[in-house]
Amino acid sequence: MSAPLLEVQNLAVRFPTRTGRVDAVRGVSFTLGRERLGIVGESGSGKSQTGRAILGLTAPSAQVTADRLRFDGQDLLTMGDAERRRLRGKRIAMVLQDPKYSLDPVMSIGRQIMETLRTHERVSRSEARERALAMLEAVQIRDPKRVFELYPHEVSGGMGQRAMIAMMLIAGPELLIADEPTSALDVTVQLEILAILDSLVRHKGMGLIFVSHDLRLVSSFCDRVLVMYAGRVVEEIAARDLSQAQHPYTRGLLNCMPEIGASRHPLPVLERQAEWAR
Amino acid sequence: MMANTASTPALSIRGLEVTYDHFRALKGVSLDIAPRESFGLVGESGSGKSTLLRAVAGLAPVSAGTIALDGQTLGNRRDKEFYRRVQMVFQDPYGSLHPRHTVDRLLREPLDIHGVSDGENRINRALDEVGLGSGFRFRYPHQLSGGQRQRVAIARALIVEPSILLLDEPTSALDASVQAEVLNLLEQIRRDRALTFVMVSHDLAVVTHMCDRLMVMQDGAEVEQLTSPELAERRVTKDYTVNLLRASEGFTRRQSA
Repeated sequence: MSAPLLEVQNLAVRFPTRTGRVDAVRGVSFTLGRERLGIVGESGSGKSQTGRAILGLTAPSAQVTADRLRFDGQDLLTMGDAERRRLRGKRIAMVLQDPKYSLDPVMSIGRQIMETLRTHERVSRSEARERALAMLEAVQIRDPKRVFELYPHEVSGGMGQRAMIAMMLIAGPELLIADEPTSALDVTVQLEILAILDSLVRHKGMGLIFVSHDLRLVSSFCDRVLVMYAGRVVEEIAARDLSQAQHPYTRGLLNCMPEIGASRHPLPVLERQAEWAR
Repeated sequence: MMANTASTPALSIRGLEVTYDHFRALKGVSLDIAPRESFGLVGESGSGKSTLLRAVAGLAPVSAGTIALDGQTLGNRRDKEFYRRVQMVFQDPYGSLHPRHTVDRLLREPLDIHGVSDGENRINRALDEVGLGSGFRFRYPHQLSGGQRQRVAIARALIVEPSILLLDEPTSALDASVQAEVLNLLEQIRRDRALTFVMVSHDLAVVTHMCDRLMVMQDGAEVEQLTSPELAERRVTKDYTVNLLRASEGFTRRQSA
């Protein structure tokens, strides 16, 4: 096997604040090949900041350090801003949680997708249009010509998220970071979006980092899961072995969710231990 | 606890319609909820589940149908007595608490509105009941976590001693571990105070855990009503419910073409 797509070693993200330093990510390490990796944790666990640091979208006030942060052999830490921008959107792309806020509200969906493509490739308008329409079709939008002309407020959440995915995949990225891509959607729509992501990732041989708070959903979708707590990875586990998770936090998180058909009153609650955060 | 047909329903809804301009958000929904029962409303966005709850609370424009509380039909205007007996807890604890009021003031307001004396004691008791304690009295919402805010919202609803609690997605903005704590708290309170719950949620697992019976909704209308054990045993009759159940089980690779 060749070098991994992404190498992260001892990644830390710190925010200086008036009341002292906040360590959002504290020494996260993992490598990623062309596979689906889930990063799971609750609010404030550092899962989103990990994804953002890889993409170079951390707030300017924060400090990002790592022993190693390499994408396809290139060092992301020493790379200049311009070079990083060329990488972003072209070879590394990100799908965000809510299409209502992550799409440009005053630009039609088709133009947004064409803009992404033409930023990264020299293609004619007509070719960009063709490819944007083909991409809309690939994310299973039934009437791509109509949706191409629509503005984000004119489409449903599920349709918006499909458009977002189309925009992210049009330049053919090798790594896709999806930060809660389906959390704002209804359960049935959620599964359609995941099915689209799944088939695109498999057919294009992309690497995927799926960031989510939903442990069960992630384990049903990914190959491998990192469980984060207080800025650290407390457990790394193959998704199919999730029921044999060792760390008390992972087990507690699985256990505290109500289940259809299980009568547990009261629900077991998570007893947080100080040593988990060390 | 099943619906007891012999007693008067705590809440009885007949042919309820809600229309916003020309959009029919609720298309003739009927249901009965027995005293002390816990009833769930499930559906996806736009199914009308929240609209139904808001219509009961007098927050949505009812265009046809009736709502009766303990056998008494309600008019278009809700009186003060109604709001003492029926209280609501909203989804977003960040949006439902006044950001510049202390917890003390948030809890005192309903007491002042209803002219309840003995405020001091009641505020302390309400905070104890939701597991916060009187140490939280003079904090502002921004100094509380999401779970703590939702506890304050529950305390505010309980402080006027209602008999029916309307819960609109009370835990969907919370982390899983915090959700478990809040759900346990709600169950405890229902037992202690013999309350009737009407709970809206998009999460089938949460509703079957919390409710005796539930109604599945789609496009502003009822799909079916069933008991939680029926749902757990997959004894459902409508395709829509079957799909919803399947979707709640997570992703399976077969679904991708």
